[in-house]
Amino acid sequence: MNTPAIVAEDVSRTYQLDGLSVPALRGVSLTVEPGDYVAIVGTSGSGKSTLMHLLGGLDRPTGGTLLIGGRDVARLTPNELAELRNTTIGFVFQSFHLLARTTAQDNVGLPLVYRGIGRRERRERAAAMLDRVGLAHRITHRPNQMSGGEQQRVAIARALVTGPSVLLADEPTGNLDSATGQSVLALLESLNDDGVAVVLVTHDREVAARARRQIVMRDGLISATR
Amino acid sequence: MRLAEAWRVALDALRANRLRSLLTMLGVVIGVAAVVALVAIGTGTKEQIERQVEGLGSNLLLVVPGRIEAGSAPTSSPLTLDDIDAINRVVGDRTRVAVTIASGETVRAGSRTGFSSMQGVLETTPTVFVRRLDRGSYLTRTDVSTGRRVAVLGAGTARDLFADRDPIGRQITIGGVRFRVIGVFEPLGQSLGVDRDSEVHVPVTAAQRLLGTERIDGIAIRAPDRERIGELSDAVVAALAERHPDTDFSAVTQEQILGVLGDILGVLTGVLAAIAGISLLVGGVGVSNIMLVSVRERTKEIGLRKAVGARPRDIGVQFLLEAVLLTTTGGVLGMLLGGSAALLVDRLSPVPAALTWWSMALAFGVSAAVGIVFGVVPAQRAGRLDPVVALRTE
Ligand SMILES: Nc1ncnc2c1ncn2[C@@H]1O[C@H](COP(=O)(O)OP(=O)(O)OP(=O)(O)O)[C@@H](O)[C@H]1O
Ligand SMILES: [Mg+2]
Repeated sequence: MNTPAIVAEDVSRTYQLDGLSVPALRGVSLTVEPGDYVAIVGTSGSGKSTLMHLLGGLDRPTGGTLLIGGRDVARLTPNELAELRNTTIGFVFQSFHLLARTTAQDNVGLPLVYRGIGRRERRERAAAMLDRVGLAHRITHRPNQMSGGEQQRVAIARALVTGPSVLLADEPTGNLDSATGQSVLALLESLNDDGVAVVLVTHDREVAARARRQIVMRDGLISATR
Repeated sequence: MRLAEAWRVALDALRANRLRSLLTMLGVVIGVAAVVALVAIGTGTKEQIERQVEGLGSNLLLVVPGRIEAGSAPTSSPLTLDDIDAINRVVGDRTRVAVTIASGETVRAGSRTGFSSMQGVLETTPTVFVRRLDRGSYLTRTDVSTGRRVAVLGAGTARDLFADRDPIGRQITIGGVRFRVIGVFEPLGQSLGVDRDSEVHVPVTAAQRLLGTERIDGIAIRAPDRERIGELSDAVVAALAERHPDTDFSAVTQEQILGVLGDILGVLTGVLAAIAGISLLVGGVGVSNIMLVSVRERTKEIGLRKAVGARPRDIGVQFLLEAVLLTTTGGVLGMLLGGSAALLVDRLSPVPAALTWWSMALAFGVSAAVGIVFGVVPAQRAGRLDPVVALRTE
């Protein structure tokens, strides 16, 4: 058996807001296996995004243990955590977060900048990735010259360009119409078929039902798993 | 992240806000331009004065009674022409020794009058100092030994007294005594604030008789070479001290005079440059301000870069380079502006200016340093941003 991609044990996250403690996660345990396909559902404010940020190494838990790629996040320096995000995690956001003045190709190549890879190789690998998500013809387009679905595909290509083992997608179809959403979802599933673990936050029951496992969040806790 | 990539990102960011970048640069441009121009003018003035002092003649040694010290009262001179004979024996070449007794006198030719500095001198003056004649001839040894009343006029005095007429062979009176003009100097202009064209040279003996004195005010000696100046100076002062045990004598070389003048001008130039440097500092504050705005505007971009693996340092370096690029570009523009201004001043006004490579290098270095110093706080702030918080900002 392979080591799990991500292990969360009794993980909590409490925000400090004007001297007030806001517990967003109150002890969540979760394991993401290699090649897994997990859907996280739950009401607004239940802590889904907070959990995703922790799983992706963007944030650190205030309690419990979190292992990403077998490494304890609490013991990592900011630089090591940055490297971990760069090598093992791919993040896809609801609002795409592409650099506005930058072409699709250079947006996709951005994570490789922080690996010290030269521009030529970055562009080659980015072009290959754009081809993989079906956007070979949009290489030199800027975000404002593309549809929402195309922008989200560029964002997915960017998440994949470093060859991560886990893809974290926080409501990736939330800003898209249902047809476009379906095609983005199909893309994620085909990546999952290729062996990349996918963790997906969604409000759509049908979408959630397609995952291998479902996790239901409520008030900062996992209320059910299916 | 590779440095080349960081430069590219910084350049891109500055280009995206062209007008804002330019306006921010302006403070640095003006500061650097002011430093470069002022240093050039200071240096040019210094060089001009040095040329004038050197123009007196090379390897000069000036001997005067008294001490050359701040606050010491001028001593009345005990020197006479007999002392000159003794000095001639020390120097071993009488053409290298010049004397002077000076007095301001009214000069008159016909109905025209003027005021000039009468200099009683030896015939050796042109071989000790650099002094060229425009016309006529200079004093001879016989003129000096017989106290003949002949005069060589400065260009200004000649113009005042004779306008366009040829003064050679004409009569003038100096302090009421008649002299015959035998020569006119080439124009010299101002030197250290003294109008050197209103001098009138007469034989020292004639001047002494006119003034009713035996004294001479000062001695100038031209040493055969630079190395021997010190030795010669000691020998001359010793010889004079032996003859006049009650008086101190001082000898100064041209280099010492230049040194003192250079120090004064150096301080002045430094003060001017420092004042100009303050505007550079103000420019730096502007850069800091704009960089903070830039960090705030691009918070989301910073968050994203961090999310895909940028380390705090990568982000910090990127913003620091942006600030440095801003100020060094401003520095180069300022150098060009200040340099052109200095050249223009040199060309179009009587104020001299000389560009020096070190002032340019300094201005560039300082503008880069301003970028680093004033960029560091915004860069650190950017580097420390929490990616989650940064991504959430709208
Ligand atoms: N930076 C923060 N400071 C204080 N409280 C926060 C912060 N971020 C989130 N929270 C709180 O934590 C809780 C969980 O937020 P989170 O964004 O994880 O919810 P969510 O499940 O993703 O909701 P949605 O479905 O609307 O995206 C909320 O009550 C929210 O107000
Ligand atoms: Mg959310």
